Amino acid sequence: MSDALRAEAFPGERPVTAEVVAEHKLNATEHAAILKLLGRAPTLTELGIFSALWSEHCSYKHTKPVLRRFPTEGAQVVQGPGENAGVLRLPEGWAVAFKIESHNHPSAVEPYQGAATGVGGILRDVFTMGARPVAVLNSLRLGPLDDPRNRWLFAGIVKGVGDYGNCVGVPTLGGEVCFAPGYSGNPLVNAMAVGLLREADLITARAHGVGNVLLAVGASTGRDGIHGASFASEDLTAESEKRRPQVQVGDPFTEKLLLEASLELITGNYIVAIQDMGAAGLTSSSAEMAARGGVGVVLDTSRVPTREPGMTPYEIMLSESQERMLVVAEPHRIGEIQAVCRKWDLDATAIGEVTDDGIFRIVHEGRTVAAIPGQELVDGCPMYSPPATESAEAIARRQRQPVRAAPSPEDALVTLLDAPTIASKRWVFEQFDSTVRAGSALVPGGDAGVLRVADTTFGLAMTVDCNARHVLLDPFEGGKGAVAEAARNIACTGARPLGITDCLNFGNPEKPEIFFQFTEACRGISEACLAFDTPVTGGNVSLYNQNPHGAIDPTPTIGMVGLLPDITTAVPSHFRETGDAILLLGRSAGHLGGSAYWAEVLDTVAGSPPPVDLTAERALQEVLIAAAAARLLRSAHDLSDGGLAVALAECCMGGPWATTTYGALADLSQHEPAVSDEGYLFGEDGARAIVSCDPANVAAIQQLAASHGIPAHYLGLVGPADETLVIERDGRRWQWAARDLRQTYFDAIPRRMAAVVSAAGGE
Amino acid sequence: MTRVAVVRFPGSNCETETLTAIERAGGEGLLLDYRETTLQGADAVILPGGFSYGDYLRSGAIARFSPVMQAVRAHAEAGGAVIGICNGFQVLCEAHLLPGALLRNAGQRFLSRPVDVRIERRDTVCTADYAEGDVLRIPVAHGEGRFAADEATLAMLEGEGRVVMRYVSVPGTDVAHNPNGSANDIAGICNAAGTVVGFMPHPERLAEASLGSAAGHRVFTSLISRLTRTGVAA
Repeated sequence: MSDALRAEAFPGERPVTAEVVAEHKLNATEHAAILKLLGRAPTLTELGIFSALWSEHCSYKHTKPVLRRFPTEGAQVVQGPGENAGVLRLPEGWAVAFKIESHNHPSAVEPYQGAATGVGGILRDVFTMGARPVAVLNSLRLGPLDDPRNRWLFAGIVKGVGDYGNCVGVPTLGGEVCFAPGYSGNPLVNAMAVGLLREADLITARAHGVGNVLLAVGASTGRDGIHGASFASEDLTAESEKRRPQVQVGDPFTEKLLLEASLELITGNYIVAIQDMGAAGLTSSSAEMAARGGVGVVLDTSRVPTREPGMTPYEIMLSESQERMLVVAEPHRIGEIQAVCRKWDLDATAIGEVTDDGIFRIVHEGRTVAAIPGQELVDGCPMYSPPATESAEAIARRQRQPVRAAPSPEDALVTLLDAPTIASKRWVFEQFDSTVRAGSALVPGGDAGVLRVADTTFGLAMTVDCNARHVLLDPFEGGKGAVAEAARNIACTGARPLGITDCLNFGNPEKPEIFFQFTEACRGISEACLAFDTPVTGGNVSLYNQNPHGAIDPTPTIGMVGLLPDITTAVPSHFRETGDAILLLGRSAGHLGGSAYWAEVLDTVAGSPPPVDLTAERALQEVLIAAAAARLLRSAHDLSDGGLAVALAECCMGGPWATTTYGALADLSQHEPAVSDEGYLFGEDGARAIVSCDPANVAAIQQLAASHGIPAHYLGLVGPADETLVIERDGRRWQWAARDLRQTYFDAIPRRMAAVVSAAGGE
Repeated sequence: MTRVAVVRFPGSNCETETLTAIERAGGEGLLLDYRETTLQGADAVILPGGFSYGDYLRSGAIARFSPVMQAVRAHAEAGGAVIGICNGFQVLCEAHLLPGALLRNAGQRFLSRPVDVRIERRDTVCTADYAEGDVLRIPVAHGEGRFAADEATLAMLEGEGRVVMRYVSVPGTDVAHNPNGSANDIAGICNAAGTVVGFMPHPERLAEASLGSAAGHRVFTSLISRLTRTGVAA
């Protein structure tokens, strides 16, 4: 052991026995690597630090080689993966910082705080890049609502997400909520934040400048959230309930102050670097900033402001108390930094400095309790390449077909609109402020959210998407499809897709069938991102989303942003005028495998999902973008879950707050004659959208579509308010009262949640 | 130029768009820190939306003790224009510059959605540019917006015509017209002189046609022209 790596146990702490090592979820290989790196046994503080940084959550030890294959480059990329958030270039010197992250495990045991702190963490990731958060989105997955525990989780998660974002004053501009049995006991909470910055103000989390000071800014450090990162890296079991005290507690009020103080520190050039104390708190923020800058750090944990006396260096290093930042600054600026923080009623305390020896060193009251080579601490975790093999069950599932007799199309559509995954999420997003900051052009309830960028004329479109059932049935096509659906949503507003962030939620990677899902889904995402020129700018991997009943459906959530050159051309997704023409863009092959129709109506999750034609998807995007720019469209809505019939019904409803519900007459005769009625109405082939327009624009749209090789089939006209949706096909005729469909669609979730309101109301 | 101060309490989050709305209406906006003890020469003051002090304890309950509130009170008592939007309305009630209180929504949940409100009184500092009976569709976003007062106070407010905005039902809607259970569908009220006004909806969020609607713009033009006309902004 070199003198530089000398460290001693903190008085009173437990000796590091084999049992203690196992408790820290470090295996024999990892323990041996630690012994070799230090040349001695670790202290308990060091063991805790390794346990956090070498957890799956922080080290990506099962996934890094796969993630390296993502396309990450493009002319629009300012900052790719590896920082707190990715950054893409916008016009006029602006840039967008965005990232998605999971908070699944905490939300499974404490839904309100788990979800709230998920929002808090992702906001900090964005504003530490120097970007002002301007929107949040979320992707929520739960087990079916007939189970009271799922209702409790759902209500708590929605309230947690809402209370946090609402208080900080960032609008929620989009999201998705899906329900499937695989998420029972394993809810997914993925939160995405989008921020705007002047490209010149970009700051990275890279410590440098030997002798520079590290400051803790914001909330003081308590005993909450200790070992959150390692909790997020294990299966959920009956024991997980005991992890509830490890769930952090959020304070959005302090977050708002921290946001303002951080942006003032960054844009005023007071500081060198800044990072959120997120997962693994002070440990990961300090170690990662030092490793990125190729320097060492020394932290004096006895100087960290704590919420209670007697906290050990182990507890201080591993606390995940929220609303804290670690800042690196030149020593002569401490006074100014403290003055800025005081203005926002926050504390800033010097707790360490940058060193030249590359060692990550912790001292407490003069005693060195940890001394670890810094680069190896961050990058040295043993990497794993687990076997990846598709399970026989998964292969068999693709061959299966429904056995149940099909109901009438009339009944099938009502069943689909009543399915909570398809039904309106108004009950959810009406709890989220979507108009604060006064920049929202398209709010939740359509295909993608759109906001105006500051006082410019251009807009930013954003969405989150994943059809996990498709991924479950065919991870490669499902991965492609998730990106394709996100891009369709963006293009429907008229915006051009720019790039993605991903939140890869899977089960236990040590199981070959799970790792197969992971690698194949990532391969599909890569292929689609290359085809669309939408590079991956970062994201998050959440593994071990499984409990004794099994793993979640594999859910690689795609968060995407797009650029709309003129905000006044933004296209909403619902019909807007009686007498407008309705066109179906794209080809319909009637593909029902993996469809919502099979799942929700025929109770069968099986078959092959539709193959994703990336060329057709790209061509459709170009048609939608060009048609919007030429102001040819009144509305555009992509086809996804439930196919054409569901999309038409949604268009008729006119949006969550509409006072007009339209009828429509769609004649599908002599169109795709080889396709069955079921397949035509409910099939989920991609690369399709329904648009409405002034009848005078039909020819122009058809010509534009033809020039991109996309068929634009005339379906009929938007009908008068409150009348019927009629679909005809070669003499067959199906019809629904538009108001009844609306009621089914908007009541589906409130009706199921009515039971929980009184129970969970008082928060 | 007419100068309108917008107070920033810790946790305010609508001050920027409120300042923008003032400037769009031709006024000069001034951001005022809650620790200030004067209005710095402003002709009117707006308490904006947000979560002052995190809404801890009770919405607006802590903000009312801020140093700046003494100056706001003095300005109001001297007949100056004071407007409270959402959290600002809550602060005005807590400070007893307006009667009544804003309680947790009847549905127990935060609610963010458009509402339809009817302008019930033009003779105030911020509604003169509307016609009486105009119905505006503007957003609300609050968890505690249920206006409540005792019977006598409600009778007084109605009798003196001090209800400025009222939630109304428009044909075709399938949501409750009154989003929070407010007594008498009250969305906003004023003092006897119409110089202190508070309401829950957010006109500053819909004050620009390029984002879909300018329904709220005239709240700000009303204020600016009133101040100009009465000559307080020499």
